[in-house]
Amino acid sequence: MSNFSIAELSAAEISKLVTSKEVTAREVAEQAISRIDAHEKDIHAFNQITPDMALAAADALDEKIAGGATAVELGPLAGAPVAFKDNMNLVGTNTTCSSKMLESYQSTYTCTAVQHLLDANTLPLGKLNMDEFAFGSSTENSAFGPTKNPWNTDCVPGGSSGGSAAAVAAGMVCATLGSDTGGSIRQPGAFTGTVACKPTYGRVSRYGCVAFASSLDQIGPFTKTVEDNALILNAICGKDDMDATSVEREPEDFTAHLGDDITGMKIALPTDMLETQGLDPEIKASIYEAAEKLAAAGAEIGEISLPHAKYGLSAYYVVGPAEASSNLARFDGIRYGHRVEDAEDVLDLYMRSRAEGFGPETIRRIMIGTYALSAGYYDAYYGKAQKVRTVIKQDFDDAFKDFDIILTPTTPTTSFKFGSKTTDPYAMYLSDVFTVAVNLAGNVGLSIPVGCAKADNMPIGLQLIGDHFQEQKVFHVAHALEDIYKFHSVPANLK
Amino acid sequence: MSLSKEEVRHVALLARLGLDDDQIERLEGELNAILDHINQISQLDLDAVEPTTRSIPVVNAMREDVVRPGFDREMALLNAPDREDGAIVIPRIVGPGGGDQ
Repeated sequence: MSNFSIAELSAAEISKLVTSKEVTAREVAEQAISRIDAHEKDIHAFNQITPDMALAAADALDEKIAGGATAVELGPLAGAPVAFKDNMNLVGTNTTCSSKMLESYQSTYTCTAVQHLLDANTLPLGKLNMDEFAFGSSTENSAFGPTKNPWNTDCVPGGSSGGSAAAVAAGMVCATLGSDTGGSIRQPGAFTGTVACKPTYGRVSRYGCVAFASSLDQIGPFTKTVEDNALILNAICGKDDMDATSVEREPEDFTAHLGDDITGMKIALPTDMLETQGLDPEIKASIYEAAEKLAAAGAEIGEISLPHAKYGLSAYYVVGPAEASSNLARFDGIRYGHRVEDAEDVLDLYMRSRAEGFGPETIRRIMIGTYALSAGYYDAYYGKAQKVRTVIKQDFDDAFKDFDIILTPTTPTTSFKFGSKTTDPYAMYLSDVFTVAVNLAGNVGLSIPVGCAKADNMPIGLQLIGDHFQEQKVFHVAHALEDIYKFHSVPANLK
Repeated sequence: MSLSKEEVRHVALLARLGLDDDQIERLEGELNAILDHINQISQLDLDAVEPTTRSIPVVNAMREDVVRPGFDREMALLNAPDREDGAIVIPRIVGPGGGDQ
């Protein structure tokens, strides 16, 4: 079979073709490499392409299949082409975080989540562009140039995991990993029409993923289908001794309820959040339309209020930068990373290496965070923001006493044009207004595409929020929406 | 609350960022604009609320105290900007510039 297309097929479908010997893993890897070659100059999703690693993994898999390994032994992702955000270490690649600071940094160990996907017999195609150190919502903060949105290359793919989103939407690979601190998986997912999940805090080990804000960061998948997303999460989740915040849970299969009837599922619309200033009327309308369709499919729709969610962005822009300023203190030019050559003394080395190595948004975040943690301001900022987390979390806890899922927009607008928000940092931050509260409260959030806006023909994503560790319910309802809308993540001109 | 140019300079020193006058000036405007938004949370009366440090309670993540392999020296030094005899070379740390002012 030579007429298969990784742009049309899901990871699960490709895996079935490979393990049933209809195509070889090498054919899959070769097609991914040639698709990346064909589209990378327009999209720039990758910081590093690893054809040799993909082919070696493919040959190893083909050998296992020739040796009689069964589909069950090889797993449901065997042979799927994948790639990783460039803040995740993978031995044999550089890990740059799209920063000059780490431009030539070689991974010295492999990120746990990445290793889990390699162990699932996937084919690693490379490392994906991002906003520098994950600070941003458009990839315009990458030191190596922005990624383009496959739906319209004049528009941003979202960020910070913009390369992870674009690589899937361009049909270059079937699945990618991103990281989400305030929306960095879900927002680019919405902008590119992909399925994008930030799991519950603690669900996936962050070991080997360069830390941004340790009380918020989570790794999660980008895919074209809900089933693929659940399969990737099956593979990467779990307790890891190397990340003390990862949580031990009874094993569960996140695909268990895909395709089940949603009758009786209780879904809440946060009416106060839907009045947020700047929410695009088409996106607002799409929320009510989705709610109607879910009701027609048997779900019970209700209304709630999340009165403190509107303070989420303010709290996030204290907690995130404060923790980032601490995490990024390690980039001092001593053990690794950029170092000026003619330093007079160690303070001069720190000061100039960091000022040269970090880009403008990274410097802004470090400055906000350092200020918020500095003597005399801690209580007013970091302490207060942590109290805001408590009341936001309480709002969610109250809502989940009565409801299974909260339905919100993922973003207030569809993807925007390059340069349109670069002059006002806070205008860019507003892109995360619906997503940050989920990180502050630690819940699961997933963005699912439901069509394109009439105004600009760009994808609209809706966010499904679930209670802690309720990924199964989120995937269950997401699958129902997928069935209703039948949205295809790869635009027609790239198939 | 707002930041003066001198405070911006002080924060840059705390953060070990050697910024020039243009950068300090630009940051003064940008940081104050961002702080204006952040200050929304000061309207909230949360005196009686406990802070949340982590959304999921994890207490005492213990493991067995057993020896396991770590980095070998070559791997640990792989990315060192300057190295000699299995160690990282750094400028002097004692004397002027070696500590805080």
